[in-house]
Amino acid sequence: MFRFIAIRLLQAIPVLLAVATLTFFMLKLAPGGPFSAEKNTTPEIQKHLEAHYGLNKPLFTQYLTYLGHIARGDLGPSFKYPNRTVNELIGQAFPVSAELGFWSLLVALSLGLSAGIVASLRPNTLTDYIPSGVAMIGICIPIFVLGPLLVLIFALKLHWVRVSGWDDWLDRILPALTLGGFYAAYIARLTRGGMLEILSQDFIRTARAKGASPVRVVLRHALRGGLIPVVSYLGPTVAGLLTGSFVVETIFQIPGLGRYFVTAAFNRDYTMVVGTVLFYAGFIVLFNLLVDLVLIRMNPKLRFE
Amino acid sequence: MNAPNEILRVENLRTSFHTREGVVRAVDGVSFTVRPGESLGVVGESGSGKSVACYSLLRLIPEPPGRIESGCALFHGLDLLHCREDELRRIRGDRISMIFQDPMTSLNPYLRIGDQVIEPLLIHGKVRPNEAFDLGVTALREVGIQDAARRMRSYPHEFSGGMRQRVMIALALITKPDLLLADEPTTALDVTVQAQILELIGQMQKERGTAVILVTHDIGVVAAFCDRLLVMYAGRILESGPTSELFYRPKHPYNQALQRSIPALHERGSELRTIPGAPPDVTQPIRGCPFAPRCEFALEKCIASEISLQEVAPEHATACLRVQLGEIELEPALARVAAE
Amino acid sequence: MNSPNEKPMRVEDQAIVEKRSSLWRDAWHRLARNRLALFGAIVLALLTLASIFGPALFGQSYFAQDLPLGATPPSAQHWLGTDTLGRDLLARLLYGGRISLAVGLCATGVALTIGVLYGTVSGFLGGKVDAVMMRIVDVIFALPFTVFVILLMVLFGRRFVLLFAAIGAVQWLTMARIVRGQVLSLRRMEFIEAAEALGLSKTRIIFRHMIPNALGPIIVYATLTVPSVMLLEAFLSFLGLGVQPPMSSWGVLIKEGAETMEEFPWLLIYPGLALALTLFSLNFLGDGLRDALDPQAAKD
Repeated sequence: MFRFIAIRLLQAIPVLLAVATLTFFMLKLAPGGPFSAEKNTTPEIQKHLEAHYGLNKPLFTQYLTYLGHIARGDLGPSFKYPNRTVNELIGQAFPVSAELGFWSLLVALSLGLSAGIVASLRPNTLTDYIPSGVAMIGICIPIFVLGPLLVLIFALKLHWVRVSGWDDWLDRILPALTLGGFYAAYIARLTRGGMLEILSQDFIRTARAKGASPVRVVLRHALRGGLIPVVSYLGPTVAGLLTGSFVVETIFQIPGLGRYFVTAAFNRDYTMVVGTVLFYAGFIVLFNLLVDLVLIRMNPKLRFE
Repeated sequence: MNAPNEILRVENLRTSFHTREGVVRAVDGVSFTVRPGESLGVVGESGSGKSVACYSLLRLIPEPPGRIESGCALFHGLDLLHCREDELRRIRGDRISMIFQDPMTSLNPYLRIGDQVIEPLLIHGKVRPNEAFDLGVTALREVGIQDAARRMRSYPHEFSGGMRQRVMIALALITKPDLLLADEPTTALDVTVQAQILELIGQMQKERGTAVILVTHDIGVVAAFCDRLLVMYAGRILESGPTSELFYRPKHPYNQALQRSIPALHERGSELRTIPGAPPDVTQPIRGCPFAPRCEFALEKCIASEISLQEVAPEHATACLRVQLGEIELEPALARVAAE
Repeated sequence: MNSPNEKPMRVEDQAIVEKRSSLWRDAWHRLARNRLALFGAIVLALLTLASIFGPALFGQSYFAQDLPLGATPPSAQHWLGTDTLGRDLLARLLYGGRISLAVGLCATGVALTIGVLYGTVSGFLGGKVDAVMMRIVDVIFALPFTVFVILLMVLFGRRFVLLFAAIGAVQWLTMARIVRGQVLSLRRMEFIEAAEALGLSKTRIIFRHMIPNALGPIIVYATLTVPSVMLLEAFLSFLGLGVQPPMSSWGVLIKEGAETMEEFPWLLIYPGLALALTLFSLNFLGDGLRDALDPQAAKD
């Protein structure tokens, strides 16, 4: 087990290295960036940049300095906000996004799993068509259409919640539904597919031949295998929640990392943008590792490799 | 109600599959009885309906597209085909157990062997959970699995095909059922393992007095193992009776043709004998005897009139019209061998 | 005994007629029977035709402003209403549709070409070359596409062509993986060995034998890539990072609609509906294709 973790972590290093290298060169080449001759920032920030990146040193030294900083977790000074570092900004904004992500994931899993399981029990009947149909619609309505629509209906017309903001628990509802809704639909489809495939296997017939009740067949025999596609998809789900947060936080004015990222993109706060990209990369790599560990637990055949 | 000397009586079982290409009459009017402790073989080619008949008994046919159209199956007074779901579930795994053809796919790959072996005990509330483990170990030992206690924690993919089939037998018999349905239990196994598995089933059968219905397409298997035989073709029983009777005094052309097609050692070098033609298309209604198109003795009256299974000798029934009328006498194929 | 019209039955009487059908004919039949997929295909065709020919046939121009008019709800003169600058919404919708569909198709085309070539080469050559090429794919795959595209857009400007390149550059990865998987499994199949044994050149084997047989999943994936590309473009445009004014796409329209949705909800609803409908159709069509070409693939 530990060997596995060690191997995966080692495998992750070239990935992160590649990402860091790519971003470094993009920064170097970007017109108007910290390495360009244009110097379109305030003198204060310029000072910080020079100190951080060693702007006048040879290329390779710059590269190593860059890598060194990242390895230590130091993402540099902000390009736009004097006296703020990227680390500070991320530290301030990430917890908010994490909370949004948590609620959204909860919505996605609870709605998606239940809809998918119900749909798989009697395929091609109403109990299948209704959840599957709703799921199909959910997949096709983009987050940035669903969000404003929900706001239009529930905030502007019905006045049940506020239009935007992030103060009390009510404010969490619409954002979580918007962000989680799409993934709920996708998870519903995956669950249905996974369960259908498992339920058609021979060992389900064996379970029935033993006299197992339908509930037991589903919960004890089918779920373990049927949920594997969903767990495999968790990695991309979280990555998606991450990018979806850009839109949701923009629509609902939530002070999370996604919104900071988009604002930084607009403002050409290069260091912030790159820093956030690196942060996301690290986060996703770590999360994928966790998912793999769970998958091994779920599928005994993988344990003996 | 069941007669005193039978544990199962099936009458006129009809099971079909409603597919896009038509209605497949997989089992088309099958009746038979099973006596306590006996082993009944059901032989036939692929598509003869023998497996479907077994699955029908426990209602394990996938409901769309399959459907049990008619018939009854009386087991200790209860009609398995028409009783309530919960009554049927009480019988499954407890009074009637089933083992399946492919041991590689019949066990749940995500659960441990031990959990699967003791599951019937837990489902039917026979023991307390802490007693179940020991019973599981005993069951594994009885089917010949070494190091049983440790093996309880293994997963199916760590076992070979033969061992998995032993596990299936263990879990089927752990509740000491009255009847075991075995659907081609040896087909997916190597020849040497086949013999072992059959021996195991036979041994456990004798020890516990379990009746067995053994479905197979391999005549060699039934010859060694079964007391009585049913020969099925196109969803119907064409001949039934004690095994030795069916071999030495066949009363149906199909039976005779099957035996003749078994190559004998002394015939090495000569052409393999086959039965010309192909099994009928069971989506079309069959007139008269389903074997007639391929039968060397067939006449037009064989397809003109409805056929039915009738006793022509003690315990020995045939559906061949001409044999019933005494028009033909069939020579046993094995007489040739005996003569050599 | 044997009357003239009723002899003993002969084996030949039971001959079963076999229908000859090729893989493609089979697939076509399955697809045609799938009503949802057909529905999707029809809607898609209509939308595409409307987008291409609509603006020309339709009287209204998409950029003519009528400031005094301002935003108005649907009426006889403006079927879908007008936006805050008095521009006809239907016209803008059709024109935006052109852009969205164009981006969708072209970026998919780019992704397709790169992906197929990369995957075929990697799978065919195998061994170390394959391992290295796939490692590169894994590395690039580690980040969500969107983030990388945004990064590219931020650093290098928001030119339209760059948008294509950026989107195509991230979408080819999965295609490459799929193609490589197909090539690997095909390589082991006997008919390829037969072709090699007959002395066919490698190029010929690739183009005449492998790619046609791998086409199934490629078509399916391409059909499913188009909606995700369109979604990505709309996503970026919504954030202001994609298509820039004066050009318009459905993403831009949705953004503008969201800004004024309290007073003028139709400005949000119609573009949103158009996008959703297109994605809907494409997904159904893709699903239908997948069921038709590979009925055994139940997974997603």
